[in-house]
Amino acid sequence: MQDHSTQADVDDHVYLGLAEAAPGPEGEGRWAYGTGFADPLLGVDTALPPGVDGADLAACCLMLGDDALVLAQRLIEWCTRAPELEEEVALANLGLDLLGQARLLLTRAGQADGSGRTEDDLAYWREEHEFRNVRLVEVPNGDFAHSIARLLLFATARCALYEALSAHPDPVLAAVAARGVKELAYHREYATAWTLRLGDGTPYSSARMQAGLDAVWPLLDELFTAHPAELRAGVDPAVLREPVLRSLSAVLAEAGLTVPDVPPLASVLGRAGRDGVHTEALGPLLAELQVLARAHPGATW
Amino acid sequence: MTESKAGWPLYEVFVRPRRGLNHVHVGSLHASDDRMALLAARDLYTRRNEGVSLWVVRSDAITASTPDERDPFFEPSGDKVYRHPTFYDIPEDVPHI
Amino acid sequence: MVTAEVAEAVPAQAQEDRFEAVVAAEQRIEPRDWMPDAYRATLIRQIAQHAHSEIIGMQPEGNWLTRAPSLRRKAILLAKAQDEAGHGLYLYAAAETLGVDRAELTEKLISGRQKYSSIFNYPTLTFADVGVIGWLVDGAAICNQVPLCRCSYGPYARAMVRICKEESFHQRQGYELLMTLMRGTDAQRRMVQDAVDRWWWPSLMMFGPPDADSPNTARSMAWRIKRHTNDELRRRFVDMTVPQAEHLGVTLPDPELRWNEERGGWDFGEPDWSELTRVIHGQGPCNAQRVDRRRAAHEDGAWVREAAVAYAAKRRAEQSAESGHAEGTERPATAGQHAPTGEHTEHGEHTEQENGK
Repeated sequence: MQDHSTQADVDDHVYLGLAEAAPGPEGEGRWAYGTGFADPLLGVDTALPPGVDGADLAACCLMLGDDALVLAQRLIEWCTRAPELEEEVALANLGLDLLGQARLLLTRAGQADGSGRTEDDLAYWREEHEFRNVRLVEVPNGDFAHSIARLLLFATARCALYEALSAHPDPVLAAVAARGVKELAYHREYATAWTLRLGDGTPYSSARMQAGLDAVWPLLDELFTAHPAELRAGVDPAVLREPVLRSLSAVLAEAGLTVPDVPPLASVLGRAGRDGVHTEALGPLLAELQVLARAHPGATW
Repeated sequence: MTESKAGWPLYEVFVRPRRGLNHVHVGSLHASDDRMALLAARDLYTRRNEGVSLWVVRSDAITASTPDERDPFFEPSGDKVYRHPTFYDIPEDVPHI
Repeated sequence: MVTAEVAEAVPAQAQEDRFEAVVAAEQRIEPRDWMPDAYRATLIRQIAQHAHSEIIGMQPEGNWLTRAPSLRRKAILLAKAQDEAGHGLYLYAAAETLGVDRAELTEKLISGRQKYSSIFNYPTLTFADVGVIGWLVDGAAICNQVPLCRCSYGPYARAMVRICKEESFHQRQGYELLMTLMRGTDAQRRMVQDAVDRWWWPSLMMFGPPDADSPNTARSMAWRIKRHTNDELRRRFVDMTVPQAEHLGVTLPDPELRWNEERGGWDFGEPDWSELTRVIHGQGPCNAQRVDRRRAAHEDGAWVREAAVAYAAKRRAEQSAESGHAEGTERPATAGQHAPTGEHTEHGEHTEQENGK
């Protein structure tokens, strides 16, 4: 190979070109993770606006942030197990969206309650009973239809809630919600499309989809049950009940599925996820999520 | 035909990188229907903000020239040099042309 | 096929001459061009193995996704695993332009008839492994892959350009994680050194056997599929990596590693090739579990994929009925039968050639 050294130079050069990627939207830097992406909080004042109660705002952000974090953790469990490679990529996108929301919301919670706790302090160092997520997001994935059913319920309701919250007096929560609307609208479309395909696909898939819906439907009500802190912070998810149910019913009708006729899952002495009283599924999920961070207190990763 | 053979059909994906540019072929993917193909294309080919618009088309809908048609298809234009602006001699001192 | 008949009309020698001329001129062979059967078979085998490696490669790091110790690391790792799924998809698509179907390739992977990179048959035992995989394994992959951006087969070369650009983030996140750990606690530093000790030799083996034991290298280089020999790439990787290790403050576990003034590069010891051979032959720590996971995902997903096909068929039937056409006129939704530009249909017979490997 007489041109061997020339080729080596070309490859070294290419490697160098990759390693020293130019920044900016036109440069190679746009290929690297985290560049070229708009920060939803760019230019948003993080000071607590007058008239907003820090503790109540923090409680709301924890609820929404924990919902996003726990559901992201469940979606992550699909990684390497999706029914097709295209779905592998899609499910990871949903997980990344939710993880991004969780990080912003938990950070806001730590600012609003005055504790200065970071997203990781809140994600890794709280106990199970301090998590404020609804029980819908913590139950195990089940099969693909079960996961799609959960996603359909969550995305439909959360998209509607974020729409309302994008006008919240707290500019940070409003900005996170405004971006979240776009992301959740995509999640809703993804879940809707799969509900239709499975519901109106083969007899087997239709049965699986109905079984998934039947299993998660009792957990839907919690998304519309207002917590006192939410009401004080000007958030009332109860008003979403009618429009969300209408939207879900339309999807199920088109898919040839039945709206489950099942009562909501009971709470424990009137307390459920928003009060830190969870199903047995949350403990193992958090144990796994937190195990490494807790094995090295004070360490930076 | 077994399930593994009768998988989802192949789609070709075209991305417009930004306004003012043509859609460019970036690759392909499998999807069971057009909408799924569009969503999958968004998830797969625009993970890093690579585009502002997407086209997907079923691969079997594309009619292509074959390599053996290269000469009959592409050679005839080779002699039509008068289509190129440099074919015409214009004096250096004529402005704006 | 009309195109196949036309192709037969051209004398074989003329086709071969044209192929050789295109390759020699550093131009690209495109899917519908005539190519030697062995060239096609070599590419299918190599691209498929590469695609399988991306998909199986999600598992060792995916092992830490649910336990990532910060939300930032969790997001990075998820984005990386997602990229690997994407890279697998780009590569399967490139292979499909050669007349094979992705489903066929998946079948060959889960039945053990096609291989993937043996590096992924080693376990990830601590979170430092995530960093070391990014630094060493992805670093070695980049060394292998950057020359493939100039591969003579167009679709493969184009896929590699995209992949290499995206991979640069993978290596950097790994190195950054390791720098963070080395600045951290004693336990974190020990974790990094332990991971480097376990991954260094397998990383060197990623470049394949020594040149003397790599009989196909010469032909692949003549075809401009491969640009450098295994040993050349391995040396380049070591030369790049040693200063990075020094900067990091870790020791590479090779007592024979020393600077060769004369050559202007690092001399290093010989990997234990007998261990690599055992791992390739299925005796690695994780061979069975990696393939089992992939098989389970594929089989568990079958009813989902079938449902989507059935749903699409119903919608097409409805559309046909609405537009007044008979249902029977709709197209069948079979993937392998369709060709974006004809190339998928012409050469299906070639795909069986690599079965014996």
